[in-house]
Amino acid sequence: MIEAVGLTKRYGAKTAVYNLSFQVRPGTVTGFLGPNGSGKSTTMRMILGLDRPTAGHVTIGGHPFRQLPNAPRQVGALLDAKAVHGGRSARNHLLSLAQLAGIPARRVDEVLGVVGLQGVAKRRSNGFSLGMGQRLGIAAALLGDPQVLLFDEPVNGLDPEGILWVRNLMKSLAAEGRTVFVSSHLMSEMALTAEHLIVIGRGQLLADMSVKEFISVNSSDFARVRAPGTEPEQREKLLGVLTEAGGQVLSEPDGALRVTGLALPRISDLAHEAGVRLWELSPHQASLEEAYMRLTQSAVDYRSTTDQKNGLMEQAPPGAWMPPAVPEVPQQGWYAPPPPGPNPYGGGPGPYAGAPGRPPAPPAGPSAHPGGPLPGATAPAAPPAPAGPPAAGTAPQPPARPPAAPAPAPTTSDSEDAR
Amino acid sequence: MIELDGLTKRFGAKTAVDHLSCQVRPGVVTGFLGPNGAGKSTTMRMILGLDHPTGGTVRIDGRHYRDLEEPLKYIGALLEARGLHGGRSAYHNLLCLAQANRIPESRVTAVLGLVGLSAVAKKKPKSFSMGMGQRLGIAAALLGDPRILMFDEPVNGLDPEGIHWIRNLMKALAADGRTVFVSSHLMSEMALTADHLIVIGQGKLLADTSMADFIQRNSRSYVRLRSPDRERLLDALAAGGLTPADAGGGVLEVDGVSTEEVGELAGRNGITLHELSAQRASLEEAFMRMTADAVEYQAHGDPAAPPPGRPRWGETSGFPAKGV
Amino acid sequence: MPATSAVLRSEWTKIRTVSSTVWTLTAALVVTVAMGAGLSALMNANFSDLPPEQRATFDPTFVSFSGTVLGQLAMVVFGVLVVATEYSTGMIRTSLAAVPRRGRFLFAKVAVAGALALLTGLATSFLTFFLGQALLGEHATSIGAENVLRAVIGGGIYMGLMAVFSMGVATMLRSPMLSLGILVPFFFLVSTILASVPKAKEVATYFPDQAGSKIMRVVPGALDSEAAPYGPWAGLGIMVLWVIAALAGGYLVLRERDA
Repeated sequence: MIEAVGLTKRYGAKTAVYNLSFQVRPGTVTGFLGPNGSGKSTTMRMILGLDRPTAGHVTIGGHPFRQLPNAPRQVGALLDAKAVHGGRSARNHLLSLAQLAGIPARRVDEVLGVVGLQGVAKRRSNGFSLGMGQRLGIAAALLGDPQVLLFDEPVNGLDPEGILWVRNLMKSLAAEGRTVFVSSHLMSEMALTAEHLIVIGRGQLLADMSVKEFISVNSSDFARVRAPGTEPEQREKLLGVLTEAGGQVLSEPDGALRVTGLALPRISDLAHEAGVRLWELSPHQASLEEAYMRLTQSAVDYRSTTDQKNGLMEQAPPGAWMPPAVPEVPQQGWYAPPPPGPNPYGGGPGPYAGAPGRPPAPPAGPSAHPGGPLPGATAPAAPPAPAGPPAAGTAPQPPARPPAAPAPAPTTSDSEDAR
Repeated sequence: MIELDGLTKRFGAKTAVDHLSCQVRPGVVTGFLGPNGAGKSTTMRMILGLDHPTGGTVRIDGRHYRDLEEPLKYIGALLEARGLHGGRSAYHNLLCLAQANRIPESRVTAVLGLVGLSAVAKKKPKSFSMGMGQRLGIAAALLGDPRILMFDEPVNGLDPEGIHWIRNLMKALAADGRTVFVSSHLMSEMALTADHLIVIGQGKLLADTSMADFIQRNSRSYVRLRSPDRERLLDALAAGGLTPADAGGGVLEVDGVSTEEVGELAGRNGITLHELSAQRASLEEAFMRMTADAVEYQAHGDPAAPPPGRPRWGETSGFPAKGV
Repeated sequence: MPATSAVLRSEWTKIRTVSSTVWTLTAALVVTVAMGAGLSALMNANFSDLPPEQRATFDPTFVSFSGTVLGQLAMVVFGVLVVATEYSTGMIRTSLAAVPRRGRFLFAKVAVAGALALLTGLATSFLTFFLGQALLGEHATSIGAENVLRAVIGGGIYMGLMAVFSMGVATMLRSPMLSLGILVPFFFLVSTILASVPKAKEVATYFPDQAGSKIMRVVPGALDSEAAPYGPWAGLGIMVLWVIAALAGGYLVLRERDA
């Protein structure tokens, strides 16, 4: 069990982590999410006693890391795969760690087998690929057979087999009753691995809840309905009755309809009454990525508003944003990623405000942002209230802006579920 | 279009790529999959003329790479290893590439904006995070506005926003009629991005097929049904020669049939369906099944690890991909 | 294939946008001139203490070039870094993807860096000569004296060739540490030591630095050195052959090996 209480870390004027309180419980895999620069690494470093909190404290099993008796036997961590002495063999690297912690040498060979490196145990680790380095880092974390495990981006550089292995490893570690805390940028991977999530943005807690709850709070489910493709009038009829019944309908590229606000049986009945046969009627849950994108939109520090098609795209991407009778499912956002690097938390106008030689870009596609920066994107440090299920207010989303995510939800509604 | 014809590469006794013949077509995102050491990177390097094939040829729009005039205008690539000088500013790194291929300097500024690096254009890449380095590499690939793009593990080091962005970038490039060839180890990411797949194992072509076909062929897919008229539906299915399996909770699963067929069947019989959805296994499952024997570093000896060559189906099939 | 002029422009951008260019070339100039000036002043002060035979064969031009021994090492570093950082940074893959004709790539790189090294070498050479002569006082020679202009221009060429030779070697070895680890000790120690060992010196006299540096001597046999079995221009010619061999080797490696 990891417990943080009022954890705060300032570097000079910059606040990396602010008043963070959470618990990571044993028996489940807890995912740790947040945009770049949101304070994830700093938090992990504070948990491991590498950085000293400016205020608050964090304990593992009730003790601060530095006061843990025989810490390597209780906590294992994979922080940076490159933190290995490259000149040493994999086995000797682990052996030196084992000796420091009073772990028998036998365990070294055991963990080498666990991570599948026994064949290269004698090789110097500077010849290792990223994936092999990652496996070595995981071996080091497992060395003391600890009850608490921290992994930072564990699947980096692993191949599909390795990714599957790490996922199953983490799940089984949790199933054995251990505390497993994993940070990752790969939402689809997280969705498969974690049961519980802790999400931070700008150093503050945005969410602390189960994955299921997180997705349903931060996105809306929808139904996909398809009328026979051979008869366009059936589709029109279906569209008519669904809209009349109060459903929000978007058109998908293959001609199917994406319906929000109506339960599946209701859709079925409506179709039946209208004499429309259905070729498909399937429930869809939003992805973790969509939910995450919504929640963190306001917490991403800066976002480019450049017209992405400038000089690259001669034509608008499919699904131009018009107000047709059946709006198409908005295609994915074309915004540039937020500029990485040392994000000035101090606020003030974004670096883009002063970027020379860039005319204000008109919103050219469905997904281009309106000329100005996002509300919240440039507003300095106005994260939503920590803890508690974030309500709609935590993810400000002006209706005028099409969702940047491949969002199933029409922009007009993000509260209604399909069922 | 990229055409590989009998492409072979040997390093001493080891054959990294073995008579690989395939085409990467424009207009779709083609995923390039294979376990570690399958020869993906070597193949990509041979496409760029960096490694010399032991046998066979690569053609870019019908021509050898070395015969391309100003190649960056034909093909742009992001290779896995960092390919830029850490001590030269991001801007100048791109400028020297642009000049070598007579690409206007204004394009350098444009692509830096495109990847969101305008603010750090004058900074040296050695101070960049992995994600920023990746974006700079993507900027370099886009520099010549090429018709063919090749990305090796593009989402490495990117945060969710960046991953989302690069995925949509690749899709839009393909929608624009460009050839997009991308390798990745992240199956879940690939499933969202690629339309077509080329899978290799131990240097040999294992599959060259559409994503849907690949999943269908390498894993189980079925139709999921729920209906208030359960008994009548069972009768109708039986009459249609179909044998549904009861999945509990009022859900029926039918193998070897399309949702269209079941929909028509139900429509003819006037049966109301509350669900009619296609269920596919995940790309990961399909990939694991196909490449089970072509894996180099296999973990074992731990209850957590899948037995060699046989991933735990129970673990993965609990998360079938959503119906497409 | 991109036009050579475009590749030359690109290489010029590459070379002017890394800080190592400035500091290696500045070091070559400053070290050579400063050391040459110091030794010239020292010689001037202690001229009367020299043995008579040394006084008789005193070569004021060569004395002012004494700093070349160290300055050339900065040129070696420059040449190595220009080529080998392409490999150490991974830039080589990007560069060769942009310029798939490897001969053209190497030519452009060597031409741009070689020209820059030559210009720096000539500037260094003239500067160290005039400053050295000024400090040699009454023992100085003048640029108009017989063979002196040849020596001064030759000194500049020597520096430039040193850089180009290093580029060739670095292209073969493809690693900055390996290239510097071989070239610097070779020129700083091995060549100089072998040149004073009885049997070995007959071979050492054909080493690129030993042969090339003869161009800077106006008075053969000055400072106890033995006359070489070839003239100053022939010596420079021998060095040019070394440079050609290094570049040819570099080209073959670049062409044949996977990047």
